[in-house]
Amino acid sequence: MSTVLDVKGLNCPLPILRTKKAIKDIAVGSVLEVIATDPGSVKDMEAFCKQTGNVLLETKDAGGTYTFKIERKA
Amino acid sequence: MAETGKSMSIIVTKGTLDWAYPPLILASTAVAMDLNVTLFFTFYGLTLLKKKLDLKVTTLGNEAMEMPMMGMHMAMPNLLAAMPGAPGLTTMMMKDLIKKKGVASIEELRDACQEAGVRMIACQMTMDLFEYQPSDLIDGIEYAGAATYIETATQCDINLFI
Repeated sequence: MSTVLDVKGLNCPLPILRTKKAIKDIAVGSVLEVIATDPGSVKDMEAFCKQTGNVLLETKDAGGTYTFKIERKA
Repeated sequence: MAETGKSMSIIVTKGTLDWAYPPLILASTAVAMDLNVTLFFTFYGLTLLKKKLDLKVTTLGNEAMEMPMMGMHMAMPNLLAAMPGAPGLTTMMMKDLIKKKGVASIEELRDACQEAGVRMIACQMTMDLFEYQPSDLIDGIEYAGAATYIETATQCDINLFI
Protein backbone atom coordinates (compact mmCIF):
# COMPACT_ATOMS: atom_id res chain seq x y z
CA MET A 1 0.00 0.00 0.00
CA SER A 2 1.31 3.44 -0.78
CA THR A 3 0.45 6.95 0.31
CA VAL A 4 -0.58 9.31 -2.48
CA LEU A 5 0.44 12.97 -2.67
CA ASP A 6 -1.32 15.15 -5.22
CA VAL A 7 0.71 18.20 -6.30
CA LYS A 8 -1.00 18.76 -9.61
CA GLY A 9 -1.01 22.41 -10.66
CA LEU A 10 1.85 23.34 -8.34
CA ASN A 11 5.07 24.78 -9.68
CA CYS A 12 8.72 24.63 -8.63
CA PRO A 13 9.71 24.21 -5.83
CA LEU A 14 6.36 23.24 -4.27
CA PRO A 15 6.23 19.65 -5.58
CA ILE A 16 9.59 18.99 -3.93
CA LEU A 17 8.69 20.78 -0.69
CA ARG A 18 5.41 18.86 -0.40
CA THR A 19 7.16 15.60 -1.23
CA LYS A 20 9.71 16.20 1.50
CA LYS A 21 6.94 16.81 4.04
CA ALA A 22 4.96 13.76 2.95
CA ILE A 23 7.92 11.42 2.97
CA LYS A 24 8.69 12.35 6.57
CA ASP A 25 5.21 11.09 7.47
CA ILE A 26 5.58 7.60 6.04
CA ALA A 27 7.55 4.74 7.53
CA VAL A 28 11.03 3.85 6.31
CA GLY A 29 10.63 1.29 3.54
CA SER A 30 7.18 2.55 2.57
CA VAL A 31 6.38 4.05 -0.79
CA LEU A 32 5.07 7.53 -1.54
CA GLU A 33 3.27 8.10 -4.79
CA VAL A 34 3.48 11.69 -6.05
CA ILE A 35 1.27 12.97 -8.85
CA ALA A 36 2.49 16.18 -10.49
CA THR A 37 1.93 18.28 -13.59
CA ASP A 38 5.12 20.36 -13.40
CA PRO A 39 7.35 19.08 -16.24
CA GLY A 40 10.40 20.27 -14.28
CA SER A 41 9.56 17.82 -11.52
CA VAL A 42 10.78 14.90 -13.66
CA LYS A 43 14.41 15.95 -13.35
CA ASP A 44 13.91 17.52 -9.93
CA MET A 45 12.45 14.43 -8.31
CA GLU A 46 15.44 12.49 -9.54
CA ALA A 47 17.86 15.03 -8.07
CA PHE A 48 15.89 15.23 -4.83
CA CYS A 49 16.02 11.46 -4.36
CA LYS A 50 19.69 11.26 -5.28
CA GLN A 51 20.56 13.90 -2.70
CA THR A 52 18.31 12.68 0.11
CA GLY A 53 19.02 8.98 -0.33
CA ASN A 54 15.41 8.02 -1.02
CA VAL A 55 14.82 5.72 -3.96
CA LEU A 56 12.91 6.77 -7.03
CA LEU A 57 11.37 3.46 -8.01
CA GLU A 58 9.38 4.65 -10.96
CA THR A 59 8.52 7.69 -13.08
CA LYS A 60 5.48 7.57 -15.33
CA ASP A 61 4.40 10.20 -17.83
CA ALA A 62 0.74 10.03 -18.78
CA GLY A 63 0.61 12.94 -21.21
CA GLY A 64 1.58 15.79 -18.92
CA THR A 65 0.70 14.12 -15.63
CA TYR A 66 3.67 12.57 -13.93
CA THR A 67 3.54 9.85 -11.32
CA PHE A 68 6.55 9.17 -9.15
CA LYS A 69 7.00 6.27 -6.77
CA ILE A 70 9.48 7.02 -4.04
CA GLU A 71 10.64 4.63 -1.37
CA ARG A 72 11.66 6.21 1.89
CA LYS A 73 15.14 5.11 2.85
CA ALA A 74 16.37 7.30 5.64
CA MET B 1 18.66 17.79 9.05
CA ALA B 2 22.20 17.90 7.72
CA GLU B 3 22.08 14.19 7.05
CA THR B 4 23.98 14.89 3.86
CA GLY B 5 26.62 16.95 5.63
CA LYS B 6 26.30 19.50 2.85
CA SER B 7 25.57 23.14 3.38
CA MET B 8 24.70 26.32 1.52
CA SER B 9 24.71 30.01 2.27
CA ILE B 10 23.16 32.85 0.34
CA ILE B 11 23.68 36.57 0.74
CA VAL B 12 20.24 38.07 0.05
CA THR B 13 20.54 41.65 -1.13
CA LYS B 14 17.34 42.38 -3.01
CA GLY B 15 13.84 43.00 -1.76
CA THR B 16 11.54 43.21 -4.76
CA LEU B 17 8.88 40.61 -5.45
CA ASP B 18 10.76 39.08 -8.38
CA TRP B 19 14.16 39.04 -6.67
CA ALA B 20 12.72 37.55 -3.51
CA TYR B 21 12.12 34.29 -5.32
CA PRO B 22 15.59 32.95 -6.21
CA PRO B 23 17.04 32.92 -2.67
CA LEU B 24 13.86 31.60 -1.04
CA ILE B 25 13.28 28.92 -3.67
CA LEU B 26 16.88 27.75 -3.41
CA ALA B 27 16.89 27.86 0.39
CA SER B 28 13.60 25.98 0.83
CA THR B 29 14.64 23.38 -1.74
CA ALA B 30 18.13 22.92 -0.30
CA VAL B 31 16.80 22.41 3.21
CA ALA B 32 14.27 19.92 1.80
CA MET B 33 17.28 18.11 0.33
CA ASP B 34 18.85 17.88 3.79
CA LEU B 35 21.38 20.67 3.42
CA ASN B 36 22.17 23.07 6.23
CA VAL B 37 21.14 26.48 4.94
CA THR B 38 22.06 29.97 6.07
CA LEU B 39 20.55 33.13 4.61
CA PHE B 40 22.23 36.46 5.31
CA PHE B 41 19.84 39.34 4.63
CA THR B 42 21.52 42.63 3.95
CA PHE B 43 20.49 45.98 2.46
CA TYR B 44 17.20 45.67 0.56
CA GLY B 45 17.11 41.95 1.25
CA LEU B 46 16.23 42.84 4.82
CA THR B 47 12.77 43.78 3.55
CA LEU B 48 12.06 40.07 3.08
CA LEU B 49 12.20 39.59 6.85
CA LYS B 50 9.50 42.13 7.65
CA LYS B 51 6.50 40.77 9.53
CA LYS B 52 4.12 41.95 6.87
CA LEU B 53 5.43 41.63 3.37
CA ASP B 54 4.33 44.14 0.76
CA LEU B 55 6.71 43.35 -2.07
CA LYS B 56 6.56 45.17 -5.38
CA VAL B 57 7.96 44.65 -8.81
CA THR B 58 8.57 47.24 -11.50
CA THR B 59 9.64 47.06 -15.11
CA LEU B 60 11.43 50.39 -14.61
CA GLY B 61 15.09 49.91 -15.46
CA ASN B 62 14.42 46.28 -16.30
CA GLU B 63 14.39 46.32 -20.09
CA ALA B 64 14.37 42.54 -20.39
CA MET B 65 11.16 42.14 -18.41
CA GLU B 66 8.23 41.00 -20.50
CA MET B 67 4.84 39.83 -19.35
CA PRO B 68 2.75 37.29 -21.22
CA MET B 69 -0.35 39.05 -22.48
CA MET B 70 -2.96 37.89 -24.96
CA GLY B 71 -0.65 35.27 -26.38
CA MET B 72 2.24 37.70 -26.76
CA HIS B 73 4.96 39.11 -24.57
CA MET B 74 4.71 42.77 -23.71
CA ALA B 75 7.49 44.95 -22.39
CA MET B 76 6.89 48.37 -20.89
CA PRO B 77 9.07 51.32 -21.96
CA ASN B 78 10.84 53.03 -19.06
CA LEU B 79 8.93 56.25 -19.64
CA LEU B 80 5.63 54.44 -19.05
CA ALA B 81 7.02 52.30 -16.23
CA ALA B 82 7.89 55.49 -14.36
CA MET B 83 4.28 56.74 -14.47
CA PRO B 84 2.30 56.72 -11.22
CA GLY B 85 0.40 53.49 -10.91
CA ALA B 86 2.61 51.53 -13.30
CA PRO B 87 4.55 49.60 -10.64
CA GLY B 88 1.30 48.82 -8.86
CA LEU B 89 -0.20 47.50 -12.06
CA THR B 90 2.90 45.42 -12.84
CA THR B 91 2.87 44.00 -9.32
CA MET B 92 -0.80 43.10 -9.65
CA MET B 93 -0.18 41.35 -12.95
CA MET B 94 2.79 39.45 -11.55
CA LYS B 95 0.86 38.31 -8.47
CA ASP B 96 -1.97 37.21 -10.70
CA LEU B 97 0.43 35.16 -12.83
CA ILE B 98 2.04 33.67 -9.73
CA LYS B 99 -1.33 32.45 -8.53
CA LYS B 100 -2.43 31.17 -11.93
CA LYS B 101 0.76 29.20 -12.51
CA GLY B 102 0.77 27.50 -9.11
CA VAL B 103 3.92 29.32 -8.02
CA ALA B 104 4.38 29.63 -4.27
CA SER B 105 3.92 32.99 -2.59
CA ILE B 106 6.94 34.54 -0.90
CA GLU B 107 5.22 34.14 2.47
CA GLU B 108 4.76 30.43 1.80
CA LEU B 109 8.42 29.95 0.87
CA ARG B 110 9.62 31.94 3.85
CA ASP B 111 7.42 29.88 6.16
CA ALA B 112 8.75 26.69 4.60
CA CYS B 113 12.30 27.89 5.24
CA GLN B 114 11.58 28.75 8.85
CA GLU B 115 9.73 25.52 9.54
CA ALA B 116 12.56 23.46 8.11
CA GLY B 117 15.17 25.28 10.16
CA VAL B 118 16.89 27.55 7.67
CA ARG B 119 19.16 29.83 9.65
CA MET B 120 18.29 33.44 8.93
CA ILE B 121 20.61 36.28 9.81
CA ALA B 122 19.62 39.92 9.57
CA CYS B 123 22.51 42.29 8.91
CA GLN B 124 22.83 44.43 12.05
CA MET B 125 24.48 47.27 10.15
CA THR B 126 21.56 47.49 7.71
CA MET B 127 19.16 47.44 10.67
CA ASP B 128 20.91 50.52 12.03
CA LEU B 129 21.33 52.17 8.64
CA PHE B 130 17.69 51.95 7.65
CA GLU B 131 16.40 52.28 11.21
CA TYR B 132 14.64 48.95 11.51
CA GLN B 133 13.73 47.50 14.89
CA PRO B 134 13.72 43.76 15.64
CA SER B 135 10.01 44.23 16.32
CA ASP B 136 9.59 45.08 12.60
CA LEU B 137 10.93 41.69 11.61
CA ILE B 138 9.75 38.11 12.07
CA ASP B 139 10.80 36.09 15.10
CA GLY B 140 13.37 33.35 15.07
CA ILE B 141 16.13 35.22 13.28
CA GLU B 142 19.64 36.19 14.33
CA TYR B 143 21.29 39.58 14.18
CA ALA B 144 24.91 39.66 13.17
CA GLY B 145 27.45 41.07 10.76
CA ALA B 146 29.95 40.28 8.04
CA ALA B 147 32.29 38.27 10.25
CA THR B 148 29.50 35.86 11.19
CA TYR B 149 28.65 35.39 7.53
CA ILE B 150 32.27 34.82 6.51
CA GLU B 151 32.80 32.30 9.27
CA THR B 152 29.69 30.42 8.11
CA ALA B 153 30.61 30.67 4.45
CA THR B 154 34.03 29.10 4.99
CA GLN B 155 32.22 25.94 6.06
CA CYS B 156 29.65 25.83 3.26
CA ASP B 157 29.77 23.82 0.06
CA ILE B 158 27.72 26.40 -1.82
CA ASN B 159 27.92 30.16 -1.31
CA LEU B 160 25.73 32.43 -3.40
CA PHE B 161 25.15 36.16 -3.69
CA ILE B 162 21.73 37.19 -4.92
